[in-house]
Amino acid sequence: MFEIRDLSKSFRLHHQGGIEIPVMNNVGFSVSRGECVALTGPSGVGKSTVLRLLYGNYLLQAGQITIGDLDLGKANSRDILAMRHHQLGYVSQFLRVLPRISTLQVVTEPMRNAGMPNAPAERRAKDLLEQLRIPPALWGISPLTFSGGEQQRVNIARGMGPQYPALLLDEPTASLDQQNRATVLELIREAKTNGAAIIGIFHDAAAREAVCDREIDVGAFRPSVSACTVNEHQ
Amino acid sequence: MTPLFSVNNITKYYGSQIGCAGASFDIYPGEVLGIVGESGSGKSTLLNCISDQLSFDEGHIFFDMQDRGFCNLANLTEPERRMLSRTDMAFVHQNPRDGLRMTVSAGGNIGERLMNTGARHYGNIRTAAAEWMERVELAAGRIDDRPSTFSGGMQQRLQIARNLVTAPRLIFMDEPTGGLDVSVQAKLLDLLRGLVQQLGLAVVVVTHDLAVVRMLADRMMVMQKGHVVETGLADQVLDDPQHPYTQLLVSSVLQV
Repeated sequence: MFEIRDLSKSFRLHHQGGIEIPVMNNVGFSVSRGECVALTGPSGVGKSTVLRLLYGNYLLQAGQITIGDLDLGKANSRDILAMRHHQLGYVSQFLRVLPRISTLQVVTEPMRNAGMPNAPAERRAKDLLEQLRIPPALWGISPLTFSGGEQQRVNIARGMGPQYPALLLDEPTASLDQQNRATVLELIREAKTNGAAIIGIFHDAAAREAVCDREIDVGAFRPSVSACTVNEHQ
Repeated sequence: MTPLFSVNNITKYYGSQIGCAGASFDIYPGEVLGIVGESGSGKSTLLNCISDQLSFDEGHIFFDMQDRGFCNLANLTEPERRMLSRTDMAFVHQNPRDGLRMTVSAGGNIGERLMNTGARHYGNIRTAAAEWMERVELAAGRIDDRPSTFSGGMQQRLQIARNLVTAPRLIFMDEPTGGLDVSVQAKLLDLLRGLVQQLGLAVVVVTHDLAVVRMLADRMMVMQKGHVVETGLADQVLDDPQHPYTQLLVSSVLQV
């Protein structure tokens, strides 16, 4: 499902003296359907950057990313939007939603985008919110008013709703209590059983071991010091 | 799939000054394109050129017309273009006073566009006007009041109702939330987002407010000194800007 080859990424900061910060070099791995792979490495090594590149949120500069049939380097904006609607879910580290939209709507929206009719989409949204222990009294309220853990659970419900064949999870179990963590791990297992290819970041080693089949150390793709110097000379 | 609207290399000079240069994009049904840049960047010039309000020096504009397919707008006759701008296209001005008739009742403002496209039955026109007032969250009881008695936010919603009543497929918006209170802005953006989703509208929205783009747009285009300096998915351009000017814009936003 995911096929990543020779992926490199650097950030050029034009207003900080034009420095170029290389983040990773020659990242390559692939993930099949029904498989869950964990990205590991210390904070700042570029794990979230990999997920953002896969989601098209960061610009692909060098290398190749194929998700399903879509070659991200050749895809235009519309292809990427269609992929996000139908193929690829992303549970970001922090919930980012528009103000004044109810929790139920926030969770239903991606399923509607994926083409599910309103009634079943709402049913599944309610079901997920219930499983994740968000009290029905809060469903009509914007999640922006919620606690961190509640927001994270809404975020997971949102990402799990459409049952995408490919999923990106950025710290899905962070800031959750034991019970909710177990529910989230169960949802991830369920997605795997349904054939989803999953790439996740889990700081919690126990969670990682519970759901992941393999680990990929992103630190291994760190650009060497000499690579930085070369970039500076260019 | 052909685009609904295609803009090809639009260039406009003001004397020897560049208004906008070589702007091109396609837009498909249901898509929202945000055009951002500081004042003087050429974004309003471009919007006025592509919405047939300003002549331009080079380039072509194509529209997928309901009755005759993909057409170069330059090949249409004047009445055909006027009809198009009253039916399939709409323009929401920054200042509602530019898009409304201030001395005509709210219902009359909405009804006028319907009458322009051939509606004649008074009862039907009034019913449609009342329906649209409710859709944009205006009390239908104020249908006979003049827009001059409305607040700025209400006037803006009335302008939107007036524009949407003929079910256009493409809407141009120039700073639709400019000059409104933050709370009113959020409500208006909410409303616009809902309408775009329900009706599958294509929208070109010009704004200097990056939050509006993040909230409404799928794709965005950044302009500086008349040139398009960056285009892409809205969240990608905002989260990983490449051009120095875009980086400056994005890093200049105040965090609340």
